[in-house]
Amino acid sequence: MDLLEHQGKALFAKHGVAIPDGRPAGTVEEAVAAADEIGYPCVVKAQVMVGGRGKAGGIKVAGDRAEASRAAEAILGMDLRGHTVRQLYVERASEIAEEYYAAIVFDRAAKAPMAMLSRMGGVEVETIVEEDPEAMRRVHVDPLVGFQGFHARRLAFEAGIAADVIGPVCALLARLYEVFVGEDAMLVEVNPVLVTSAREVVALDAKVTIDGSALYRHPELAELTSSAAEDPQEQMARERGLTYVKLDGDIGILGNGAGLVMSTLDVVAQAGGRPANFLDAGGGSKAETITQAVEVILSDDKVEAVLFNIFGGITRCDEVARGLIEAFAQIGVGEKGIPFVVRLDGTNDEQGRRLLAEADLPNVHTEATMLGAAQRVAELAGAREAG
Amino acid sequence: MAVLVGEETRLCVAGITGREGSFHALNNKRYGTQLVSGVTPGKGGQDVEGTPVFDTFHAAVEQTGANTAMVFVPPSFAADSILEAQDAGIELIVAITEGVPAHDELRVYNHLQRGSSRLVGPNCPGILSPGKANVGIIPAAFFSEGNVGVVSRSGTLTYQIGNELAGRGFGNSSIVGIGGDPVPGSSFIDVLELFESDPETELIVLSGEIGGDAEERAAEYIADHVSKPVVAYIAGFTAPPGKTMGHAGAIVSGSSGTAAAKTEALEARGVRVGKTPTEVAEIAVEVLSS
Repeated sequence: MDLLEHQGKALFAKHGVAIPDGRPAGTVEEAVAAADEIGYPCVVKAQVMVGGRGKAGGIKVAGDRAEASRAAEAILGMDLRGHTVRQLYVERASEIAEEYYAAIVFDRAAKAPMAMLSRMGGVEVETIVEEDPEAMRRVHVDPLVGFQGFHARRLAFEAGIAADVIGPVCALLARLYEVFVGEDAMLVEVNPVLVTSAREVVALDAKVTIDGSALYRHPELAELTSSAAEDPQEQMARERGLTYVKLDGDIGILGNGAGLVMSTLDVVAQAGGRPANFLDAGGGSKAETITQAVEVILSDDKVEAVLFNIFGGITRCDEVARGLIEAFAQIGVGEKGIPFVVRLDGTNDEQGRRLLAEADLPNVHTEATMLGAAQRVAELAGAREAG
Repeated sequence: MAVLVGEETRLCVAGITGREGSFHALNNKRYGTQLVSGVTPGKGGQDVEGTPVFDTFHAAVEQTGANTAMVFVPPSFAADSILEAQDAGIELIVAITEGVPAHDELRVYNHLQRGSSRLVGPNCPGILSPGKANVGIIPAAFFSEGNVGVVSRSGTLTYQIGNELAGRGFGNSSIVGIGGDPVPGSSFIDVLELFESDPETELIVLSGEIGGDAEERAAEYIADHVSKPVVAYIAGFTAPPGKTMGHAGAIVSGSSGTAAAKTEALEARGVRVGKTPTEVAEIAVEVLSS
């Protein structure tokens, strides 16, 4: 789960990471009130999950109240690379002396947290590091020992940080590590870490990703997910406890188990079809779950055909068949004329197929194999598109 | 022979008094696995259809000689339970629990590296050695004894591949689900090493998916250390970057962890990669019949 800048900065403040004075604002009035409190000049920043906000016009400096109002008005509602700006962050403007880069990342390959520091922070950091990999210093931390002073000193000295700010930069790194562990983060990134003309060290931006599996021990962060901008179908699925990812094709997919569903998407694509979604109904799904899953899949208007690919282990194929039959009865699937291709294998597969045969649902085709089912659904979707 | 679980397995199940825990523990017992005990704090002295329940792993090990643990407790208790099993001297810990926080997995992994216990999972379907023992939730009825070892990050995809092999008359030495989480206790390499030295295993199927670099590392390991033929499958070619595809570990970050890169790494090391589960079975049969 990715946090917006102001949400990340709230966590920074909680753990003692220095940040410029700032306030979130949802309206022009709130932004102006925030700017008045903070004082001028201030910066009005769009709160969206995209990089390069500044270049795209999502960050504006305001020298007085009128400018703050104009900036807030211009940015609110703005479209930044497909994301509509609904929230602002108003922050005290800082005089920039130097820009560094700092991050703590969850290094899956090394199975350890990795702390990173560069004195070449700012928007071009990626290009700079590509040309000069030595410009980014990295150190792995033993998670059982934690972040030590030497980790920070090594990074700071090797990165060539200005001598007078070595102390505060080391302190900042230690606190970012506290955020990383204390908040169950997968990423804590600050670009830039700012050294002001008064030689203060502050985090000017905050990019924080929280582990979704750990939200149960961070109820205050769990609440943020509901407010985050989310695709309506994905939200609907989440509320029903289904794992759904929207894609841009026209074949709805339902399967059980993440690996099998991913594989189903691939096989459908190989057969010339374009999957509309990833939907994992999970293990041991009851009929009701399947009915709800059909509802989620069909809430996407682009869907022209649906594929069920079930290999029953704990999931029973007769339950899946009942769920589909119920979906036809409850939500009028038949009226939409959307064809379904169903492949049932594994636990109770014969009972499942018999139930479907007896129900004789309109436009429901059963296939014996995964490959055959993928080819059939691709043909059916193609035919509907052509028609 | 087989790997990890077999006739010598003495299983103790954490969470045996829960609905899922008791269902699968008894299922494993019916299959022939020696289920010797269970652990549920506060329910020591009870039994689950004749299997004694203890308050601690230490008591279970001492009194029933358990050497294998299956962890079926909720995610918030999973790390604690795994560490308890390790502390009690259990050699093999199989964690089925899905949704364990990544930082917990990191601490558990690094702690276990310093001892001799082996962890498989979390978020895995367990291990089946057909005809010998089943520890986990793999539906054993679809598999028979044979010479193909399977190691996989996904449960149902494993069943699909196993079923395709069974349809062509081939069985399995062992099926090991290593799980779909970002920090699995055992990697492909750990299991490849076991299959390489298992006399019953003649061919290895490796079933991977997007995210991380476990398949790339496995490719290098195979080139240097595995003499037996390996056939691979990678799921997730159509997965968009930045989206978690069901498994917490199945995510393409930027340009790393893609299915194409993994396939390329494997093929560059001489590992044949099937485009579909069906093709994996076809290649396996072709190799075994030649």
